[in-house]
Amino acid sequence: MASKVIHAYYNDDDILMQAVKKVKTTKHHIEEVYCPFPVHGLDKAMGLAPTRIAITSFMYGCLGLIVAIVMMNYIMIEDWPQDIGGKPSFTYIQNMPAFVPIMFELTVFFAAHLMVITFYLRSRLWPFKKAENPDVRTTDDHFVMEIEVYSGDEKGLMTMLQESGAVEINQVEK
Amino acid sequence: MASHYEAPIRKPLVIGDKNYHDVSVDIAAPIEGRANRQWWIVFSIALAALLWGIGAIIYTISTGIGTWGLNKTVNWAWDITNFVWWVGIGHAGTLISAVLLLFRQKWRMAINRSAEAMTIFSVIQAGLFPIIHMGRPWLAYWVVPIPNQFGSLWVNFNSPLLWDVFAISTYLSVSLVFWWTGLLPDFAMIRDRAVKPFQKKIYGLVSFGWTGRAKDWQRFEEVSLVLAGLATPLVLSVHTIVSFDFATSVIPGWHTTIFPPYFVAGAIFSGFAMVQTLLIIMRKVCSLEAYITVQHIELMNIVIMVTGSIVGCAYITELFIAWYSGVEYEQYAFLNRATGPYWWAYLLMMSCNVVSPQVMWFKKIRTSIVISFVISIVVNIGMWFERFVIIVTSLHRDYLPSSWTMFSPTFVDIGIFIGTIGFFFVLFLLYARTFPVIAQAEVKSILKSSGSKYKKLRDAGQPLYQMPTEIAPAREVEVAEVTKPEETAKVGDLLSKLGTFDPDTDKADDLKKVKGIGPKMEQTLNQIGIYTFAQVSRMTDTEYRMLDEITGAFPGRAQRDDWAGQAMKLNKKS
Repeated sequence: MASKVIHAYYNDDDILMQAVKKVKTTKHHIEEVYCPFPVHGLDKAMGLAPTRIAITSFMYGCLGLIVAIVMMNYIMIEDWPQDIGGKPSFTYIQNMPAFVPIMFELTVFFAAHLMVITFYLRSRLWPFKKAENPDVRTTDDHFVMEIEVYSGDEKGLMTMLQESGAVEINQVEK
Repeated sequence: MASHYEAPIRKPLVIGDKNYHDVSVDIAAPIEGRANRQWWIVFSIALAALLWGIGAIIYTISTGIGTWGLNKTVNWAWDITNFVWWVGIGHAGTLISAVLLLFRQKWRMAINRSAEAMTIFSVIQAGLFPIIHMGRPWLAYWVVPIPNQFGSLWVNFNSPLLWDVFAISTYLSVSLVFWWTGLLPDFAMIRDRAVKPFQKKIYGLVSFGWTGRAKDWQRFEEVSLVLAGLATPLVLSVHTIVSFDFATSVIPGWHTTIFPPYFVAGAIFSGFAMVQTLLIIMRKVCSLEAYITVQHIELMNIVIMVTGSIVGCAYITELFIAWYSGVEYEQYAFLNRATGPYWWAYLLMMSCNVVSPQVMWFKKIRTSIVISFVISIVVNIGMWFERFVIIVTSLHRDYLPSSWTMFSPTFVDIGIFIGTIGFFFVLFLLYARTFPVIAQAEVKSILKSSGSKYKKLRDAGQPLYQMPTEIAPAREVEVAEVTKPEETAKVGDLLSKLGTFDPDTDKADDLKKVKGIGPKMEQTLNQIGIYTFAQVSRMTDTEYRMLDEITGAFPGRAQRDDWAGQAMKLNKKS
């Protein structure tokens, strides 16, 4: 972690995008960008890896389906194979149509909730969590690009940021 | 600007020259302002209805279901009618936030938050009925397959009523997390604007520390998309499962394969009508006309018209199949609906649901706010009667003529229904005052493509942004504890009462001589500006309290130790 970072403030998403691309070409490491709303293409421009959260959701859904099948097979077929209204309870497959609604619901339930929990944990969001945005304006109408500073290239970086359309540039000790 | 290309044929979705900050201000305004008189009046009415409903529910549960108008033949009537009606209303919220998201409909941005709130609140109402219509609701937990001391006695997974339990609870919980996740950036915006410490705390708590990093947004969008993909089949399945309550039965008039899609279409139809009713009022009272425009109302009307036509087709299909089936029970069920003792309910349902949405073919009518509002209410009345007709007219006359009977509700039936309407509006009114009613982050993301300000710029061939003319000066900023403005104000208040310390004329006393003031506390007092015994001696209960508020350490200590009294003595001595 660098002990010194530069916070460059922008007031427009298009200007921000151009600045991000420019900083990337000069091989500076963009530590973070704080935005008030999703700027499409920003993650690509910053070179962020794509998120795998949809893959986890798929796996959770499979888990939900397995839970539903195992639960209903045990309860309806193995534990108490009773005759309820003439429904065939000899094998799972014979009475399967009646199990479809709950198989479906549990798949969705697991896929949705576990994915959301994964998202909250991965993005470190929970009640009583302190917000970490450097400036309150980043949830309103300002975009902040945070760049690490290594000794030597500071001046060049500064002038480049000033030319990139930043409305405010702060050097912050971390 | 390739990223914001927009066909010139599209009308702006955000009117007025709004920029990003204006959006924040407009959406935060109802939360930051105070409730006016009308709000309190409407809230009181809703609360009274809720209390009346609670009374009716307590009466039912403590006395018995016999207080309702049900009888041995018609054993489902208002309870399940209201249940299906509320579930149906809830469906539009998910539809707007999920299906319209999948179809990339930008107009959903201004209405999805309120539509989802409506979903949550109406599913809560719906969820009451399966409990209170039970004969022994205190045993309701038996529907859950939990291991138990009865040799592990389980539930029967063949029943659509159990499917309902799974469907409704999944639906409510998934809608809730979908809604809440979408709220995080908006709560964060309110949190960062809040000036009152209590407000800041609450919105800090509910925004889960949302920071708006690029990676957070990337995941946020993916999560929203996957949840939309999950919520769409969910919303279809939930009302399908609700329709199975009837469709899987053997009752003529209920046993139909058309019910699942037809109920879903009806749910969208009635749900959109409810959204329309609420938003037409909300845009006015919350001054959100710039975001919920006539175009939004028109598009919702088109959805109402389309789904209303689907429902109309379903009615005709049912009638055709009844005639075509050659089953006289089925044929009689429909004859009974049209000409039996409940003909008026059938006629009301037909005219409200089939005829009224057809007027939306006329542009003049569907762009009229007043007519839209009236029709949206008419549709909800019609959809209530649709459920009533399906349930009651199929039950009161079926296989055995000796079991034929009639149904009429009692005041308890009606009271519970009124109670749920009251509860719904209590929740919705509280929501409208405390939640950002429009998803500001999403509206900001479409502002450049659909805002009228940027549309004008694009039409004029001008760039959508202006590079700042001034070059930003580079500043060194120390990351230090910033004193909050309200704290400095408090310190000023306190000092005005105790007197200020002037280092040129006054001499600082050794405050540690006062019993209860240690070196640490002396430092704190000095920081505030309290240096002399004279200042401390002027402290009374009010000042003690102010001091406690500022320091936050050892509340009540100064009072117990009587700092002022001690300081008075010390002051005389020195």
